[in-house]
Amino acid sequence: MATDVRAPAAAGKPAGPVRTPRKNPARWFSDHVILMIGILVLVYMFVPIGYIFALSFNQPTGKSANAQFEAFTWNNWSSVCDPEGLCDSLKLSIEVSITATIFATLLGTLMAFALVRHSFRGRGLSNLLIFLPMATPEVVMGSSLLAMFVSVGMDGVLGFLTIVIAHVLFCLSFVVVTVKARLVGMDSRLEQAAMDLYANEWQTFRLVTLPLAMPGIVAAALLSFSLSFDDFIVTNFTAGQSVTFPLYVYGAKLKDFPPQLFVVGSIMFLVSFVFVVAGEIYRRRRVRAWT
Amino acid sequence: MSHGVLPSAGPEDPVVVDGEVARRRGWGWLLLVPGMLYLAVFFVFPTIQLFLTSLYDPSGSYVTGYNLTWHFANYVDAIRDTWNLFVRSFIYAGIATFVCLMLGYPLAYAIAFKAGRWKNFMLVLVIAPFFTSFLLRTLSWRTILADEGPVAHFLRTIQILPDNGRLLATPVAVIAGLIYNFMPFMTLPLFASLDKVDYRLIEAAGDLYSSPLSGFRRVTMPLSLPGVVSGTLLCFIPACGDYINAELLGTPKQYMVGNRIQAAFLTEHNYPLAASLSLILMAVVVVMVIIYVRRVGTEELV
Repeated sequence: MATDVRAPAAAGKPAGPVRTPRKNPARWFSDHVILMIGILVLVYMFVPIGYIFALSFNQPTGKSANAQFEAFTWNNWSSVCDPEGLCDSLKLSIEVSITATIFATLLGTLMAFALVRHSFRGRGLSNLLIFLPMATPEVVMGSSLLAMFVSVGMDGVLGFLTIVIAHVLFCLSFVVVTVKARLVGMDSRLEQAAMDLYANEWQTFRLVTLPLAMPGIVAAALLSFSLSFDDFIVTNFTAGQSVTFPLYVYGAKLKDFPPQLFVVGSIMFLVSFVFVVAGEIYRRRRVRAWT
Repeated sequence: MSHGVLPSAGPEDPVVVDGEVARRRGWGWLLLVPGMLYLAVFFVFPTIQLFLTSLYDPSGSYVTGYNLTWHFANYVDAIRDTWNLFVRSFIYAGIATFVCLMLGYPLAYAIAFKAGRWKNFMLVLVIAPFFTSFLLRTLSWRTILADEGPVAHFLRTIQILPDNGRLLATPVAVIAGLIYNFMPFMTLPLFASLDKVDYRLIEAAGDLYSSPLSGFRRVTMPLSLPGVVSGTLLCFIPACGDYINAELLGTPKQYMVGNRIQAAFLTEHNYPLAASLSLILMAVVVVMVIIYVRRVGTEELV
């Protein structure tokens, strides 16, 4: 009996071989609602950024800036380096991130090339060893590194060196994965063509392979830099007495919270945003120049 | 090897895998050596060291030093005292990962298929909050969710939250913090695999009279599965070990296992306890990941 009930309803719809654009609710949902949900999620992700910007103009009257908006002021922006140690911690963070990014990108890119381009025994084991640091929660990684530094008598030199060692470690796997993804998607016929046109191995690598892999390498380096710059958990274990920017923020949370921290947060956001937008404009120009 | 990448060059010299990648035998694996050495020295060796630390005699102390007595009872003690922290960590991380997937999937889908020429711009917006220190962002959530803050006020007005109800210092706040912090880790892999999906396949499903829902379920969803797998892993693993959200947005009642490890290591200097907790956490996470990946069935982990 069920077919009898459904038959008139189906007859109401346009039937037959000619397909007309159906305006059913599910299609409308996928066209509009998904985009709206996506935009709402983005808005949600930007709420704290808005707070950080607002609080960077806050003139705290009470003991802590980490509360409500009190009064508007430009002073925080002109006195960023006033809180003791703030700019030193920024300087250390930048130095650490740049050093760690260089080493992680170099080592990781070589590994990605080996894994994608060459066949050898033990690929599975290598993949596992690269994956494991990513599957290790940061607390575990930090604590194991500290346990090792202590046991080999490096607890006296905890600082720049040990932070960089730790950061290279957790950036490395992400670099390998990012560069690998780019290399796997690359058309190897382009390199074959270069070799057919009498380029030697080195020329092929320098003029064809490397430029093609470059977006992946740059993405990996940027990812490393941001992971390293923002890392708190592993750094907290390996820093000793040194203070990177995240450690400074964490320490400030326990004491008076200078509003200049929100200024630094805003500047970080603006600077990287400008970089990304400039990169995008540059990319579009180049695409346009080629077509 | 000058012609080595040509697939037709010889039967065994160039190996073609996946149909598009030409893998070569030879000395190329040497490129792997520096990185592998690094991982051996700074990952494998410390993990072994951590294992040995977990077997120290717990009666030692930071001052008097520890003796390695193969004291496996440390693990029993650790589980007995902190099993509830483990359960809580996995529940919080699980809920957070699930919500991230539910929110991240529409976002990634919208960017991949609906954003049109705003695609790159929206992608930048996903990563953009990343650029600001995550501690600062979490601290500003503390302000937003505070008792006198706008969200709590609103929820009290519409009677979802009782008049004396709080948001901060509850599991809700901690899980919301986890969701917020790990959302990009979910969205980016999802976007990467949705973006590779050929939209014509989805249209073909529609042409063949599949409803949008079953088209999604039987075409889009399976094709985006690799992104779902790596997104959930990248979200779940760090969330399990996180202790910042529990510390800044919760109270000791919401503390997760990461808080305990951090305290045992850095404030109590109880290295055997901290080490055995770390290894249990790592082991449980690795086992869960392996089961998950096996069940969903992706071939390569990375």
